[in-house]
Formats: sequence, structure tokens, C-alpha cells
Amino acid sequence: MNFKSRTYWLFLLPTLLALLLVLIIPFFQGVYYSFTEYNGFQVTGFVGLDNYIKLFSDEQFLYSLGFTGAFSLASVIGINVIGLAFALLVTQKLGKASTFFRTVYFMPNLIGGIILGFIWQFVFLKAFTGISEVTGLEFFRGWLADTETGFWGLVILFVWQMSGYIMVIYISFLNNVPQELLEAATIDGANKWQSFWKVKFPLIIPAFTVSLFLTLSNAFKVYDQNMALTGGGPFGSTEMTTMNIYDTAFKVQEMGYAQSKAIVFLIVITLISVIQLYFTRKKETEL
Amino acid sequence: MRNRERTHKYTMLFIGAIVSLLWIYPFYLVFINSIKTKAGIFEGTLGFPSAPTLENYPTAFAELDFLLTFFNSVIVTGGSIFIIVIFTSMAGYALSRKPGKSSTLVYFLFAICMLIPFQSIMIPLVSLFGAVDMLNRMGLAIMYLGLGSSLAVFLYVGAMKGIPKALDEAAIIDGCNRFQVYWYIMLPMLKSTTVTVIVLNAIWFWNDYLLPSLVINKEGMYTIPLKTFYFFGEYSTQWHLALAALVIAMIPIIILYMFLQRYIIDGISDGAVK
Repeated sequence: MNFKSRTYWLFLLPTLLALLLVLIIPFFQGVYYSFTEYNGFQVTGFVGLDNYIKLFSDEQFLYSLGFTGAFSLASVIGINVIGLAFALLVTQKLGKASTFFRTVYFMPNLIGGIILGFIWQFVFLKAFTGISEVTGLEFFRGWLADTETGFWGLVILFVWQMSGYIMVIYISFLNNVPQELLEAATIDGANKWQSFWKVKFPLIIPAFTVSLFLTLSNAFKVYDQNMALTGGGPFGSTEMTTMNIYDTAFKVQEMGYAQSKAIVFLIVITLISVIQLYFTRKKETEL
Repeated sequence: MRNRERTHKYTMLFIGAIVSLLWIYPFYLVFINSIKTKAGIFEGTLGFPSAPTLENYPTAFAELDFLLTFFNSVIVTGGSIFIIVIFTSMAGYALSRKPGKSSTLVYFLFAICMLIPFQSIMIPLVSLFGAVDMLNRMGLAIMYLGLGSSLAVFLYVGAMKGIPKALDEAAIIDGCNRFQVYWYIMLPMLKSTTVTVIVLNAIWFWNDYLLPSLVINKEGMYTIPLKTFYFFGEYSTQWHLALAALVIAMIPIIILYMFLQRYIIDGISDGAVK
């Protein structure tokens, strides 16, 4: 029995209304604001493409895009390699230890970016200095004081946070690999290494599609961790795009200009996601 | 063969244990330094304190105004969760029981909206809600409903497709109206999906910083992430207090995780894979 039309819309109404108010209207308003001079209360002038032209010579913005891209690339690789390794480890039938490892690896993911950022600020600033004093290793000195250590600091934090999350996804795909196939491979003389590459790996390719999509878009949208760990410093050299947009909007108060950056950000994320989905989907069908 | 299996198992256990220690180490460092005095941290950050003390905790607890802050987080997370569970399950029910053009269109709308990153609507969203005086907890809950609806609706539609329509029909013939069918028959059958929706959104709402900082950034309404952030701004040079504050801020979620570990991990896995 299908819904009567009136009840149908009544059931959908609250959610659709929220969608309209929170995403759809702001989206179109946002596109409009990006062509204007806007102070948060009223539009003070229509400037056409000026905001967009300005943004292409805004070195800090372009730098933040590049920084975010590099951060995302490094994080995506780190998270997926470690996440998959974790998933393979805890699916080795280690009994209670498997559950314990899974619990531990997943734990950072439950805690908010702000708190995680501060935890690692302590680790990099204080504990690393301690390690360098004990071991005499130059490597542990001066973390977060320059662009390079700030960059790797953010990557380490994010990999530590997200690997457990991605592990959970790989686990659910690995658990779906038919046991008979693995047994057959073992009988045919395949070792662990071979049964991973020849049997499991091709079957979990769809997991890569999901995981890459999630890590990529999450990495691009990082804000809290950036805010708490480096605050964008030193001198804006670890500022990601999200922070650049936020500061332009709420610190410099150039809302129209900030909105044009936000639109470019949207386009970049969408393009990258579409390209990634296209390629991994293609890989899925090839195998 | 037997022997090789055993070697393999112990190697895996060894690697797993080492990585576990490495993964917990940042938490451990924060904890052991939170029970040192200021001078104790200055002497060294790696070792266990020679004279552990809890004296940082009352100060941090008071400065965080933790009872109020915790209560605020509970209100914001709980209220938003309640709204999103009720309304998205209703929407999911309608979509799963009326195939046709309108449902396809609505479904498509949800899918498109899922692709919009928050930062690209952040500025107009805050202006819009500010203009109608809705920069408060109610407004925040509505924002979370809008931002979280797509995923929750998809999960509910997926689950409801597996429930036979004959069930609704029988109930309606017996004199139930649609809302009664939804409330008394559908919702109880969707428990595991509801757990997934709660887990995914609770972790997000509880830990969210950026959106609350724009919407409920007022004295007396601070949630744990907001208050932690301000606390840190003031006390960043006083690590002994700051670290105790971090431990306090993490305690609720760690306790919850210990008890609900299985549900949390299953929920995450369902939410990502389905």
C-alpha cells in the first residue's frame, strides 16, 4: 500500500525544510554573494567577477590550496596504507587480541579534532624536545616551528586519527571475502602473501573506492586539527584552505570575497572526488 | 606447517602490540604529565612522575566549568540526535513506500546535497540564521538535521526496503494510520539502523568545533570542544593545567567507548559501507 500524497509530503516535510534552509538556499545565496561585496548584513555592491579575478592573484589563498592538496595526498596515502595494514592484522584470527588491537587503533577517531590537536601540540613541542634531549637526535628538535615540521605534524596527527576509521571499512570488506576461496588457495599451495595479493586484494578493490573518497574529502575539509595544532603558523605557512576562507570571512570581514574562495573550494573538492571515483570505478570493473 | 602457523601468529601479536603501544603513547604522555606539577613537567616530560599529584584536576575542572560545559554538550548532542533520528526516519519511511518520480527526485536531491562541503555554505548559512535570530541551540539542531539528513535518510531507506510492505498493509487494514504504523511498527524494527545513525552523528556533534563556534559562541552555552579551545588560549603556557583539562574533556567519551565499543565500531562500519 503506497502513501497518500498528503501524508507522504507531511512525512518528508521537516527534513526537506531543513535541507532547504541549511543547504539549498545558502548554496544559491553563496553563489550570489561571491559576485558581490558583502559585509555579512547587506550587499554593498555587485562586483561581477572581481572577487574571482582577485583570488587568482591572492598568494596566500593559492598557497593554502597547494598546502591542502599536499597535505591531503600525504594523508590519504598514509591513512590507507596503515588502515589496510591494521585491517589485515586484526583479521588474522588472533582471538581476543584482535578485538583489543581494533579498539586501540580506532580510539583516536572518537575524539574531536580540537582535543587531538592540543594533544599533539604537547607531543611535538614538549615530548619531542624531551626525546631529543635523551637521545641527542636532532630530528626531534624544533617541531612545529617551521613549515616542514608543521606540515608533517598535521599529517601525523591526521593519519593517527583516521587510520582506525579506515581500518573498520577495510575489515568489513575483508570479512566478506569468501572463506572457501582462501582455503582453496591454501590447498593449491599459496602462502599468506600470495593469497593476499591474488585473492583478497582484487576482492576488496571496492573498499578502496569508499576509503579513498572518504579520506580525500575529509582531508580537504580539515579545520579543527589545523586550528588547534599549528593555528596556521608560523606566518600562515601551514594554513589550509578552510582556515583561509574562515579568516577572510570572519576576521577580515570580506564575506563576498571569502564566499568566492568557498565556491572555488567547492569546485576543487567536487572535481577531485569525481576524478577519483571515475578512476577507482574503472579499476573495479577491470579486475 | 603447524609450527609456521604459530610463528606467524606470534609475529602478528608482537607487531600488533608494539603498534598499540605507539598508538596509545600520546594519550599516555598527556596523562602522566597531567599528574605532574608545573616544575615536574619542566624537569622532564617522558618519565612517570616521582610524586604523582591530582592537584591540577580541581583547578582545571573549575576553570572548564565542567559540569555546565558537559551538560551543554549533552543538550546539544542529545537534542540534535533526537531530531535527526525522528525526522530522517520519517522521511526514509515515506521514500521507501512510494516509488515513483517524486521519490526519485527527492532522493537525488539528498544525494546532491551530500556533496556540498560545509565551508562553501558556511557564510550564507550563518547570515541567514542570524537574520531570523536563530543563532542558538535550536538553530544548531536544525543545521545538523540539514547537514546530516542525506546519510541518515539513505541508511533508513536501505533498511526499510527490507521490511515487507504487507506488514504496513495489515496494520492499516486493522485500523492504524500512517503515523501509528511508523511509530509502533517501523521504528522498533529499525533499531540497528537507529543505533548506526546515533553513533555516526553523536561522534560528529559531540566533537564538532567549527559550527558551534559560529552558532552558539556565547558564555554559558560553550560545549566541550569550544570551552577546551578557549581554555587552551588562556593556559597554553601552563601545560600542567592544560593537560588535566584535556584528560577531563576526554573522559566522558572514553568511558562510553569502553561500554559501547562493539556498537560504535559496527555503527561506523555500517555507515561507511552501506
